[in-house]
Amino acid sequence: MKRRTLLTGAAALMASPAVLPKAQAQSGKTKIVFWHAMTAANNEEINRIAHDFNASQTGIEMEPIFKGSYAETLTAAIAAWRAGQAPHLVQIFEVGTGSMLAAGPAVKQVWELAKETGIQIDPKNYLPAVRGYYSLADGRMASMPFNSSTPVMWYNKDAFAAAGLDPEKPPQTWQELVTAARTLKEKWASRSQDRMATTSSWLTWAQLEAYSAIHNLPYATKADGFEGLDAELRLNSPGHVKHVQRLLDMAKEGTFKYGGRDATPDPLFYTEKAAISFCSSATRGQIVQSAKFRWGAAMLPYDPEVIASPNNTIIGGASLWTMTAPKRTAQEYKAVAAFLSFIGQPAQDALYHQHTGYVPVTLGGYELSRQQNYYEKAPYADVAIKSLTRGTVTENSKGLRLGRLPEIRNIIYEEFEKALQGQQNAKQALDSAVARGNVVLRAFEKSVKS
Amino acid sequence: MERRTIFSDRLLPILLVLPQLAITIVFFLWPTGQAIWLSLTRADPFGIRVQFVGLENFWDLFADPLYTATVLRSIFFCALVAAISLGLAMLLAVAADREIAFRRFYRIFLIWPYAIAPAVAAVLWILLLHPQIGLIGRWLNALGLGWDYKINGGQAMLVVILASAWKEISYNFIFLLAGLQSISASVVEAARMDGARGFFRFRTVTLPLLMPTVFFLLVVNLVYAAFDTFGTIWAMTSGGPGKATETLVIKVYRDGIVNQDIGSSSAQSVVLMIGVIALTALQFRFLGRRSGGE
Repeated sequence: MKRRTLLTGAAALMASPAVLPKAQAQSGKTKIVFWHAMTAANNEEINRIAHDFNASQTGIEMEPIFKGSYAETLTAAIAAWRAGQAPHLVQIFEVGTGSMLAAGPAVKQVWELAKETGIQIDPKNYLPAVRGYYSLADGRMASMPFNSSTPVMWYNKDAFAAAGLDPEKPPQTWQELVTAARTLKEKWASRSQDRMATTSSWLTWAQLEAYSAIHNLPYATKADGFEGLDAELRLNSPGHVKHVQRLLDMAKEGTFKYGGRDATPDPLFYTEKAAISFCSSATRGQIVQSAKFRWGAAMLPYDPEVIASPNNTIIGGASLWTMTAPKRTAQEYKAVAAFLSFIGQPAQDALYHQHTGYVPVTLGGYELSRQQNYYEKAPYADVAIKSLTRGTVTENSKGLRLGRLPEIRNIIYEEFEKALQGQQNAKQALDSAVARGNVVLRAFEKSVKS
Repeated sequence: MERRTIFSDRLLPILLVLPQLAITIVFFLWPTGQAIWLSLTRADPFGIRVQFVGLENFWDLFADPLYTATVLRSIFFCALVAAISLGLAMLLAVAADREIAFRRFYRIFLIWPYAIAPAVAAVLWILLLHPQIGLIGRWLNALGLGWDYKINGGQAMLVVILASAWKEISYNFIFLLAGLQSISASVVEAARMDGARGFFRFRTVTLPLLMPTVFFLLVVNLVYAAFDTFGTIWAMTSGGPGKATETLVIKVYRDGIVNQDIGSSSAQSVVLMIGVIALTALQFRFLGRRSGGE
C-alpha cells in the first residue's frame, strides 16, 4: 500500500488538503499568517519582527510560520492556494519570482495592494538593484523585497599571508585570481589533503547569473526575460564560455574545487578548507561565529578582457508575496499592507540588516546603519551593498525574470558536473544547458498562456 | 476445509470491510485517478490554466533522450541493488542457518539495518564515504584514489547502490533464513546420505526448494530499489552529479515537487505504475503457476 501511494505521491501531495491556518479574527484582532523559510538565527529574527510589529499595532496580530526550505515553502503555498487556504504573506525565493508573476489571481502585487488599501509604499525608497528584481518592467513593485544578499568573495587572510600574498589586497580580476589561486595552492593548500585554493557556493548564481550582470552580458533575451515570456537563454556567449572554461581549467590544475550544489560548499570556507570562496554575503553571520582565522571579503572579480568597468551584481534571497484566498477581507489585506510598510521603515530595516547579514533593502535602512557607524564596527558588512551599487544598472544587471528558473539552475549544475568529469568542455556544457533550458522556458510559456 | 460465512445479514460484513475500502479509495484509487487525469493535462503550478493535451506529456517523455537514459539507469540500478542485496543476504542466511556460537546475536544485528529510516541510512553512509569528513572517504583519498562521489558519477552510482543494497539485506536475510529453516531436514539428510555436499548440495537441493522465496524477494527488491530508495538517493546525491544517480522516482519528485511540472511528473508516475503492475502480475503468474504445479 505504502509503495503504491508513493507511486502517485506527486498527485496526492498536490491534492491532499494541507494543514492550514485560519484567518479568523480572534479576540477582535485581524489575524494574518506569514509563511517563511528562515532557519536558526534568521528564524528568531522573523519572530522578533513579528513581535515588534504586533506590539506596534492594536488591531492586528501576525503569526509567522516556518514552512521548510524555499522550494518547500513555494510548493506549500501553491498547494494551499489551490485548496483556497493560502497564507496572507509568503516568502518566495528570488528565482521563484517569474513563476509567481505568472500566478495571476493567486497573488496581489504590492502596487495593487497599496492602491486598494491606500497604504503608501513608495518604490523609490528601495535599493534599485533590489527592487528591480521584484518589479514589473514599468517600475511598479510586484513583491516586497525582504532578505537580499549578493555573492561576494570571502578570503582567508591567514592563508594569503602564509602564501606570501598581501592579505589586504584580494584579487580584483579573474586573471589576478587565477595567479593567486596557483600561489595559494602551492604554498598553502598543498600542505593538507583537505585544503583547496578556491571553491564556489551557488555556482549558477555566483558564476553565471552574477557574472552576466557584472560583465553586462545578457543571460537571456528580452532583457533577461523582463520583456516577455518568449525569452531565450543566452548564457552560452563567448564571454560565458570563457569563464566556465576558466573554472574547468582551474579545476583541472587543482586550483578550484567544486564542492556541490547551492549552499553545500559554504562550510568549506569557515572550516578553513578553502582559501577563497564565492558565496552569499549572508553567510557573514556564520563566518563571524565559526571562522577561527582572519578573514576578509571583496566584490566578485571581473574579467577586464570582457568589460572595462564592471557593473553591479544581482541579488539573491527572497521577497514577500501577498496571496489571495476566497473570503479574504479588505481588513486582512490592510493588515498585510501595514506589515509590509512596517518592515520598510528605516529603523526596522537597519535592525534586520544588522541582525542577519542580509543587505538593507531600503536606502533609509542603509543610511541609518551608516549613521550608527555600523560598518566601522562590522568590517566587510558593506561589501555586498558596494557590490550591488557598483557601476550602472543595465537591463543585464537588473535581475532575471524567467519562469522555472530553479529547474534551469539544476540543468546548469548537471551540465557543469558532467564537464567537470571531463565528458564535455565549457562550450558543449553551456550549449547543452541552453538547449535544455529553452525547452523548460517554452514549456513554462505554454503553461501560463491560456 | 470449507469456509463458511458466519454473518446473518449483509450490513455487518460491509461495515467491516468499509475502513479498508475507504483507505483503498482515499489513498490509492483517488490519487491514482488524479495522477492519470493530471498526466493528460498541462497546467501552470497554481492550476489556474489547465489544458487538456491528451498524450502529449507521454510523447514528450519518450522523445526525450534524457528520460530514456533515466529509464535505463534505473534498470541498471535496480538490477544491481537486487543482485547485491540478495546475494549477500543469501550468503549470510546460509551462514546463520548453521549451528554456530552466538547465532541469535548475529541474527539480531543482521536484521537491525532494516529498522533504519532511508534518510538516516544515507547520513550514516555519508559520514563514512564523504571525501572530506568521511572515515573511508578520507582513507581512499589518502591512498591517492581521487575519491569524490560528488563529482565522479561512477563513484556516486556505486555509493547509492551500496547504501540501498545494504539497507535491504536485512529484509532478504529474514526471509531467506525462514525459507532455509522451512526446508525439511529429511530432504537435506537424504541428500547428505546420497553424498551431495557443499555448494553442490546447496545448488541442487537447497536452492530449488528456496526458489519461491527467492523469486518473491526478487520482485520485492526490484520494487524497493525502484521506489523506496528515494530517501537514500535524495539525501546522498539528489540525483547528481550531472544525472549520474537520477532514477525514475527522483525524476518524478524533481519534476513534480521541485519544478512544479505536474503534467510531466504525473505522466512519469503513470509509466511507473504500469511498470509495477507488470512486475506484480509477473509475480502472481509465476508464483501461481509454481504452487499450482506442485
